[in-house]
Amino acid sequence: MRWRRASGERRRFGCLSILASLVALLVLGVAIAFRPHALPSSQPLVAAPARSTGSALRPVSTFASIADPSMRSLALFEEAGRVIEHPRCMNCHPRGDRPTQTAAMRPHMPWITRGPDDAGAPTMRCATCHRAINFEASGVPGNPKWKLAPIEMAWQGKTLGEICRQLLDPARSHLNRAELLHHMAEDELVGWAWHPGGNREPAPGSQAAFGALITAWLETGAACPV
Amino acid sequence: MAYSLSVNGATHQVDEDGQTPLLWVLRDTLKLTGTKYGCGVAQCGACTVHVDGQPVRSCSFPLEAASASPIVTIEGCKGAEVEAIQNAWVARDVPQCGFCQSGQIMSAVALLRAIPAPSDADIDVAMSGNICRCATYNRIRAGIHDAAGQLRHRQS
Repeated sequence: MRWRRASGERRRFGCLSILASLVALLVLGVAIAFRPHALPSSQPLVAAPARSTGSALRPVSTFASIADPSMRSLALFEEAGRVIEHPRCMNCHPRGDRPTQTAAMRPHMPWITRGPDDAGAPTMRCATCHRAINFEASGVPGNPKWKLAPIEMAWQGKTLGEICRQLLDPARSHLNRAELLHHMAEDELVGWAWHPGGNREPAPGSQAAFGALITAWLETGAACPV
Repeated sequence: MAYSLSVNGATHQVDEDGQTPLLWVLRDTLKLTGTKYGCGVAQCGACTVHVDGQPVRSCSFPLEAASASPIVTIEGCKGAEVEAIQNAWVARDVPQCGFCQSGQIMSAVALLRAIPAPSDADIDVAMSGNICRCATYNRIRAGIHDAAGQLRHRQS
């Protein structure tokens, strides 16, 4: 029995079998490449989940049982966060140049940009469609002050703690504590969130109840979630 | 309730509910049917008119808000920009079915008045609210560039 080929003896290959293998691989590759795919479909942006459900906000008095002021402050802000993180508020605090809309927070249609004054590009203003009132005939919401929050006040994609620290930073919020309270508790455009018209879900509670929570939060040290 | 409307330079007395969309006052009451009803929810731009020189969607504009401002519709839209747009639209056969075109032209005219030599990006921003189901967007964009070129040629 020979264990090794004699020197000079050439190894013989079956060319047909190699060719057949290559063809089989090619067929397999084409089959994989062109296998049936499910068509891609758009997915809505998921709104941040509220920590509690229901349309009302807990009144400030229900937090009195929390003895530690810091913990009470934190709890007050987290309740106020149900408003802050509601789509009625978040839609106009985008992290880019386009607002979102609806409870699903999908990109605004038509395609618009914030422009130099956050009220639209000079040639495509918010007021092209949005007037001073919620117009029932067209379903288009409106307010005399309709515009986006400045980009420094972008909330989308941030945690409640990050939003909290941003609110308290005048360099980004452009608001001192008194102005911040006024914005939350009395600003007319913020107030729209509780009177959005059409079939839009209002923000939880009322602007007065929200303002009371913000007042109590500031008075107890303005603690922020981690 | 009666409202006084200034439309295309003429004053009209209109006795309609103040919440009536301006679109229906223009079309049904004043018989200015060049302004089209497309969607009724400010998504398509077919109903675009100028109020105080700014393009607005007349389907989403309450009559009670319109009485204080001059309104211009496609029937009364005049000026160098309008002529340039008309010439460019004819030369390039921009309209297909044509239904959206009065809105497209009103937005294009307002764009040229604000930005005489618009870039593609300027056109995209200004025209993004005007939908064309025949998809003549490339011709519209080219037509606006042509019109801008005509205006520059006239000035030089």
